[in-house]
Amino acid sequence: MRNARKVTRRRGVKGAPVAALFALLIAVLVAGCGSSSDDSSSSSSGGGKLDVVGYSTPESVYQEDLEPAFEKTSAGTDVSFSNSFGASGDQSRAVVAGQPASVVHFSQAGDMERLVEEGELVAKDWEKQPYGGIATDSVVVLVVRKGNPEGIESFDDLQSKDVGIVTPNPFSSGSARWNIMAVYGTAINEGKSPAQALEAVKTVLEKTKAQPGSARDALAAFTQGEGDVLLSYENEAIKAEKEGEDVEYIVPPSTILIETPIAVTKDASEPAAEDFLKYLWSDAGQEIWAKNGYRPVNPKLVDPKQFPTPKDLFKISQFGGWGKVNDEFFDDETGSVAKIETELGVSTSG
Amino acid sequence: MGTASGRRSRWGLRTLGLGYLALLLLMPLVMIFYKTFEDGISPPLEAITSPDGLHALQLSLLMVAIAVPLNTVFGVGCALLLVRHKWRGNSVIDAVINLPFAISPVVIGLSLFLLYGAKGWLGPTLSEAGIEILFSVPGMVIASVFVSLPFVVRETVPVLQEIGTEQEQAASTLGANAWQTFRRVTLPAIRWGVAYGVVLTTARVLGEFGAVSIVSGSRSGETETLPLFVQKQFDNFNTAGAYGASVLLAVLALTTLLAMNVLKRKEDA
Amino acid sequence: MSAHPASATSAPAPPRAGIRLPGVGAGLGRGTVVLYLSLVVLLPLAALTAQAFQDGLSTFWQQVTSPQAVRSLELTVIASLIVVVINAIFGTIIAWILVRDEFPGKAAVNAVIDLPFALPTIVASLTLLALYGHESPIGIDIGLTRTAVVVALLFVTLPFVVRAVQPLLIEMDREMEEAAASLGASGFTVFRRIIFPNLLPGLAAGVALAFARALGEFGSVLIFAGGLPDTQVSSVFIRSQIESGNDTGAAAVSVVLLVASLLLLAVVSLIQRWGSRHERSTGGLTVMPMSGEDFTKTGDDDGDR
Repeated sequence: MRNARKVTRRRGVKGAPVAALFALLIAVLVAGCGSSSDDSSSSSSGGGKLDVVGYSTPESVYQEDLEPAFEKTSAGTDVSFSNSFGASGDQSRAVVAGQPASVVHFSQAGDMERLVEEGELVAKDWEKQPYGGIATDSVVVLVVRKGNPEGIESFDDLQSKDVGIVTPNPFSSGSARWNIMAVYGTAINEGKSPAQALEAVKTVLEKTKAQPGSARDALAAFTQGEGDVLLSYENEAIKAEKEGEDVEYIVPPSTILIETPIAVTKDASEPAAEDFLKYLWSDAGQEIWAKNGYRPVNPKLVDPKQFPTPKDLFKISQFGGWGKVNDEFFDDETGSVAKIETELGVSTSG
Repeated sequence: MGTASGRRSRWGLRTLGLGYLALLLLMPLVMIFYKTFEDGISPPLEAITSPDGLHALQLSLLMVAIAVPLNTVFGVGCALLLVRHKWRGNSVIDAVINLPFAISPVVIGLSLFLLYGAKGWLGPTLSEAGIEILFSVPGMVIASVFVSLPFVVRETVPVLQEIGTEQEQAASTLGANAWQTFRRVTLPAIRWGVAYGVVLTTARVLGEFGAVSIVSGSRSGETETLPLFVQKQFDNFNTAGAYGASVLLAVLALTTLLAMNVLKRKEDA
Repeated sequence: MSAHPASATSAPAPPRAGIRLPGVGAGLGRGTVVLYLSLVVLLPLAALTAQAFQDGLSTFWQQVTSPQAVRSLELTVIASLIVVVINAIFGTIIAWILVRDEFPGKAAVNAVIDLPFALPTIVASLTLLALYGHESPIGIDIGLTRTAVVVALLFVTLPFVVRAVQPLLIEMDREMEEAAASLGASGFTVFRRIIFPNLLPGLAAGVALAFARALGEFGSVLIFAGGLPDTQVSSVFIRSQIESGNDTGAAAVSVVLLVASLLLLAVVSLIQRWGSRHERSTGGLTVMPMSGEDFTKTGDDDGDR
């Protein structure tokens, strides 16, 4: 059996496989560290390091288009980026909790205000920036299976038809709040009373089969077979179509304009952050957004063929802005939507 | 047992067992390779060699390079202590070492997040000293060390017990001090057990997902390890990137399996 | 089979047994070990527990009994129970054919068993989705369902049972089986009355560890089963609470899982004490079913290799 025989062993091959594994690891590391330390030394002289923190959907636009394009400009040489994207509410809370951020781009103003109030991380007057501090626009659309088998054309159809709806959870996702206000606003603009409009919201939530955490998660769930209709950003629908998913989208005749705010944080000391924002608002930057399905904030650059204008396009300002709306509708204890969700047994913590 | 029913039941068991393994383990493994190279080799290769992909690979290897030696030194030392020195508290130490086996990685990540966060016990103090734990590399290292803590200890303890103390005692009577005895008698005897533990630790650190995800914020280009990169790519419909990184991780896993098997035989030899 | 450190030597040995650090050294070593463990393991868990009860016992209870918390705990426990039962059966079968049977490629099969230990859980999730999700090449679509939770957990917990049962099968004394067979007992009876009771300690330990693993599993379930309210396991729920900023709620449910883990570890430890009338005496230290032994050799092999 085992015992004493093991103790006397030949010396040479001691730990050879382990040593080899380590040698390989060290080699790769050194190779890598070599190149990355070059980056950091050059960036400390010129550009800087930008930490972009954003809501879920624009991740690929930043990583694949905007950042590389900016790096090619004179202001952007020697600038390097780190990226973190996720549900808008969650990202906003993460920044308050200490996640490093130089540029923050959320899907609704309330998540930006949280940084002003709770962390003093963003200037109070961020809305005085160009275009009111809004990076891009979009609209809430209805995403359906290819061929639109249920024949859904507007938010009213959600009320009357027996369909399974997918929308994110409004307590983690900014997108979800836009969706709900789109339903609410459509009802109000048809002449319904606030109480009736809330009933419409309740009906939609009752038919909601799944409430994933973010807009991107909701799209993933929908494309994997959940539900009959997804409420989402126009840009998400465009992306899904581009990716060859078996879906199409409808811009309803009455819907809300999604305005996504962006700002530089107070911690971001580099001028590169301000330069990046300037780039995003320049024609070049706005065209990149348009190419990716986001509506430019610069009205001259909005192509009506790609971005049809609904007959009734309303804004959140109609309801008093996000500050008021978040308190009234989405406060996790007293908000009217919170109450509806609790009745339906859905998590509202956040 | 050459009876007809014996043969039938043997084939029955074989079919059940191997069939189950095929459905559960083998087909998914094959699937990774198939899906990755479905559209040729360049989409996954491009994704892996992108700056974020390379950075993710380097970060994963960095985790290994730090966590594995730490836990190896700790593991061997702790094993020596547990086996060679009787103490009442040994069973407590033993129990604590086993904890990472049984605790969810999300719970581990959360506990670290709470300890080192802005409102935690250690967070503010460390922040003021300029040390950032969360959302950066140190936190990820701590998480990796936590989840992979037990392996070297667990593999070294039985080996230490089996080799007994005769050789060590002999060395001691010949005048060797503790360190010499360790280096020339004990260590060579336990090396395959330790090596096996090291391989298990490495695999665990490379594959760690839940705890590191919570502690790091998954900031691509900064705190995104290879498993986190897989998730990020998948979320963005970059299936090529997700599968490319997965294949890389799968190859590392298979290498680990190979190493495990080679070492098992050496340990028994 | 094993040598007990101090007790095995009968010769009049010098007072020290084996490699011993001088008195101060041992104390120092012990102190270092305790410090390392406290810093790495105990302190974070203490912070977790503190957070869970930070707002008092009633808040703790409220968080733990919220509808979604309960739903996810139910799903997690039930799925884990189903999974350990299935893997107890199949794991034993697989251990059996690895020890008692011979077929080509057995060594490769034996190696592959450890794949779930080596493969990152997120990769497992991805491939299970590719194979059994909405783009399945074989037409099975269980993505984003509760079945997906079960399948993912089956994947990650299989090695626990196999590796726990194998050593016991190897060590088993065949004489009793052969005697029973020669007295006319059927294969199944032999299994039921002779083999199975001997496997029980290992099987129970493997099942307990598998259960603990299943309760806390995260990565493999995440993509394959998703985080929809119906398919959300506790770890995914905890994660979503963290993201929502509900640290206390996340900590509360985490404490529940933690207590379950502790109980299961205690169970494993008890089982091993009970089962230590087997030769595998470990001096009070637990043995995890992953020790680096080659378990493909058949039972009664005392010879050299």
